[in-house]
Formats: sequence, C-alpha cells, structure tokens
Amino acid sequence: MTESNTHNILKTKNLSIGYQTKKAATVITDNINLELKKGELIGLVGANGIGKSTLLRTLSTIQKPLEGLIAINNIPLENYTALELAKTMSLVLTEQLMSKNLSVEELVALGRQPYTNWVGNLSEVDISAVHKAIDQTNLSDLKHRKCFELSDGQLQKAMIARALAQDTDLIILDEPTTHLDMYHKAYILKLLQRLAKDTNKTILFSSHEIDLAIQLCDTIIVMTNDKVVSDSPCHLIEQGIFETLFPNDLIGFDQKTGSFRVKK
Amino acid sequence: MTTKHTYSFILLALLLMLCFVVNISLGSVSIPFTEVFYSVLGHSENESWQYIIQDYRVPKAFTAILVGSGLGISGLLMQTLFRNPLAGPFVLGISSGASLGVALVILGSGLFGGVFASILISKWSIVIAASLGSFLVLLAVLLVSSKVRDTMAILIIGLMFGSITAAIVSVLAYFSSAEQLQQYIFWGFGSLGNLSWNELFIFFLIYLLGLLLALFSIKALNTFLLGENYAKSLGLNVKKSRFIIIIATSLLAGTITAFAGPIAFIGLAIPHMTRQIFNTSNHKILLPAVFLFGAIAMLICDSIAQLPSSDYTLPINAITSLIGAPVVVWLLVRQRKMVF
Repeated sequence: MTESNTHNILKTKNLSIGYQTKKAATVITDNINLELKKGELIGLVGANGIGKSTLLRTLSTIQKPLEGLIAINNIPLENYTALELAKTMSLVLTEQLMSKNLSVEELVALGRQPYTNWVGNLSEVDISAVHKAIDQTNLSDLKHRKCFELSDGQLQKAMIARALAQDTDLIILDEPTTHLDMYHKAYILKLLQRLAKDTNKTILFSSHEIDLAIQLCDTIIVMTNDKVVSDSPCHLIEQGIFETLFPNDLIGFDQKTGSFRVKK
Repeated sequence: MTTKHTYSFILLALLLMLCFVVNISLGSVSIPFTEVFYSVLGHSENESWQYIIQDYRVPKAFTAILVGSGLGISGLLMQTLFRNPLAGPFVLGISSGASLGVALVILGSGLFGGVFASILISKWSIVIAASLGSFLVLLAVLLVSSKVRDTMAILIIGLMFGSITAAIVSVLAYFSSAEQLQQYIFWGFGSLGNLSWNELFIFFLIYLLGLLLALFSIKALNTFLLGENYAKSLGLNVKKSRFIIIIATSLLAGTITAFAGPIAFIGLAIPHMTRQIFNTSNHKILLPAVFLFGAIAMLICDSIAQLPSSDYTLPINAITSLIGAPVVVWLLVRQRKMVF
C-alpha cells in the first residue's frame, strides 16, 4: 500500500459526544477513538438511541463535541473555516429538502456552491463536475426531472450525487437506506462501495442494515453501550462484537451467515 | 438561464414599458396621447398638462414600480427564508410597526393639544413616524431572534410583535375622534401619489440599498432551498445570511410602507404568481422576474384605481386584492399543483 492510501482522512481522539445544556452535560458516548482511511467505505452500526446520529452530527459540526479532538486530514476541525470545511466534507442528511421544485441537475449543481462566485454561476469546471456526479450515480436519464417526481431511491441517489459534486475527501451519510426496499438498500450501499473505490473518497454512513454492511464495508464502526469499536467486518465477527449489539432475548447473530436470526 | 427564460424576460420588460405608458396617460384629467408624450419630454404647449404629467403622473408611476417590485422581492425573501408560502413582507411586524408610528402621530396628536397637533401631522412627520415605528419593531424582533436558533421561532416572534402593536393601535383608536380615525384609515388605504421628486429620490436611495442586499443574497437563498443544515454544510454562514435577508426586507418593505402606506397583497401574491408562471425555484430567475411582475402588477392596479375619466381615485389597497386574489386562485387551479 502506498502512503497516500494509508493516510487518515478523519481521526478522533478521546471524543465524547452528547448534549450540553446550561445545567449539565448529558454524555451519550465517550472515549471514541476512530481512524478513517482514504478510499474506504465505512459503516456505522448500533442499536436505536445508542448515539449514531449524534456521532455523525458531531463529526459534521452540526453539533459541538463535549470533549476530545476531531481532526480531518490531520487538522483539528475547529481550525477550518466554514468554506474550507465545505470543500473537505459533504453530507447526506435524513432531513427533507425544503423545496422539491428543483430539477435533479439543479439540485446536484447546488453542491458546487462552495466553489461558485457571489451569485452562484457555474464555471466550466463546475458544470463538468455536476455531469460527472450525475453519471457516477446513473442519473443521466432523470436529470431534468423535478425532485417531487422522484421515488425515494432516486431522490437518495440525487442527494448522493449532490454530495459527490461538492468534491470532498469525506462524505458522511446519515441512514441513507431508510424508507427504501431491500433491493434499493443493497443498490445504494453497493453504489457507495463503488464510489469509494472509483473516486478514492472516504464514505462514512450509518445504517441498520448490518448484514449488508458486513458484506460491503471495508471497516465497520460498532457502537455498543460499553464501547465503540472499529475494525474490518471479518475481525469484528471473530471477536464476537456483533453478539453484543442488541439484548440477546429475541435475536442472535449467526457467525456463519453474518446475519441476525430470530430465536425460536 | 435558458433561452425560454430570456424570451419571457424580454416580453415582461416590454409589458412593463407598455404599462408605464398606459399608466401615465390615464387620470382624472384626460390628456390626448400625443400631448402626454410631449409633456414627458417637456415640449407641451399646455402648461397645466405638462405639470400634471411631469410632477404628478410620472413620479406616481415610478412610485408604483418601486412599490410593486420592492414588495414582491421582500415577499420572496421572506417566503424562502421561512420556508412558508404564507409569509409576506410584513411577517416580521414591519407594517404593524409603521402603523403604530402613524397611529401615535395621527391618533395620539389629540393628547398633545390642538395647535401642536396641526404641526405634527405633516407628510414628513408621517413618513418619519412610520419609519421609526417599523424600525423599532424590527429591532425588537432582531434582538429577540438573535437569541433563538430556530428560524421558525423568528416568524412567531414577528407575529407576536405585530399583535402587540395592533393592540396598542386599537386602544389609541378607541380614544380618538372620528376625524382622526378617518385620517388614520385613509393612510391605511395606501397611496402612490403625493410624492414629490425629492421624496421619490430619498425613497429610491433606500430602496436601492435594499435591492442590492437582496441581489447579494441570491446564492444564499438558493442554498436555503436545501434546508439550513445543508446550507451550513455548503459553507454558508446561515446566521449572517439570515440577517442580511431580514435587513434587505425591512429596508424595502419599511420605506415602501413609510412613503406609500401599508400596501397589502402584492408582497404575498407576486412571488406565487411568478413561481407558477416560470415554474422554477431558482432565485437567479425568480428575483428579476418578481421585480418585473411586481412593477407591472402595481402599474396595472394603479391604472385601474384611476378609473379612467372619473373624478375619483379608488384606494389602491382595495384594488390590489380585488384584482390580484382571483388571478392567484386561477393560476393555482390551472396548474393544479402549487410550485414552492
């Protein structure tokens, strides 16, 4: 492996996340130490309410960390200006678009905002980046469609294309597969895997599709009550980490198939 | 911008010029069309006609253009900022603040005694009172809203301040004479006339400042279409952009209310009309289109208010809603889907 491939895009050290109110801090998870490498697809899994979204919100600066360090490309997050950060990290969130009266092409073009002039005119470079992002997500046939005409899966692809057009080292997606059927869940995650390989971007997503994540991800971050572990899926299975994900009264992890089974 | 839009813009610009010409050729004194033309250039042989055209109708037509375009644009800014199709230029309490200022001058003048009152109620004092009123209410809204993170809370705070001022106006109205009340109600009808060139110049300067701020917000407005968290992730300073948009709106809507009274409807309806017709949410197209539509709509409403060859001028506020509301309803029904 060359040096650039082992380069850490995102690193956290003793990170503690939660909510700060006037009276006290509510710690959701602490002591998070992560190292995300360039060109990897990383899945973030864990039970409901364990703090997956909080972690992603903290990494994407929507929310402040309680303690600890987050560094992107070895530069602490707080040293970035808003614009520099926008050129380094792009997001796909669970929140609804405010206006769905945009065409797919217009939506993807909004990803170029950090690069455009004061009125938002697209340069040649911007236009080619938009077209590339549309091609990479197989949206060429839909690019003149309005967002309200799209299915959930198509809209999610368009949001991914918008993040790609932003041309960042790191893309963070919060539960990109919710509301999608089984086929499209696999389709979106497979697309993310291909994009990580083709574009050498680091893609971090949270998901409840643990079996798909095991099959597709280079690294999986598992959040449990006690700790946050990140490793390759095979190592995690060997260490029996997935067994500790959920209470074990209803479902159990089957190491052979790499999926959860309902207990008889 | 596509060629389709270029044609629409040329068409609208021509329509604006046509409306301007029609507007200045209509009025309670009927002046032949060729004489209107000569009067504008200052070559008319009839001095009183030349006076009517140059010092009354042309400034009034320009006022109509500023009022229509300004209210349309501030309505568009508010609708996008608050993600709310019901928002208009006055949601932040600008017109209620102005009403309070004017009510204090007209209705409250009784409290200061007769002689003093007649000095107080000049045109400039009403303009100043309206400006001060809207500025103070806006300042209060801004101060409170700097404490809240949620944009929706600002909307509610604006509405609350509007209610407070409306209540004070009711109390003042309850204790004032019929004559004062009538004067206050007349101000509330709105008026495009009565502005001298000097006043128009000051009006235009403040309007221009607001317009420039609105132009500089185009990129931010388009980013807001994605929602605030996305806007932030695209490197936009959400708080600063929000502040600039609110200042632009208050400069535009505030001066318009100060000089022309609280003109209803245009600010709410014109952005909707424009979105339905242009079928886009891109502010690079919407903003100039709203400018043209607003100006045209106001000129048409003013022309109708003149009731050609009649001695009466109808209140402009009644005309804007009377003509405008059916048009918006028709557009929504025809398209079957609201573009927002």
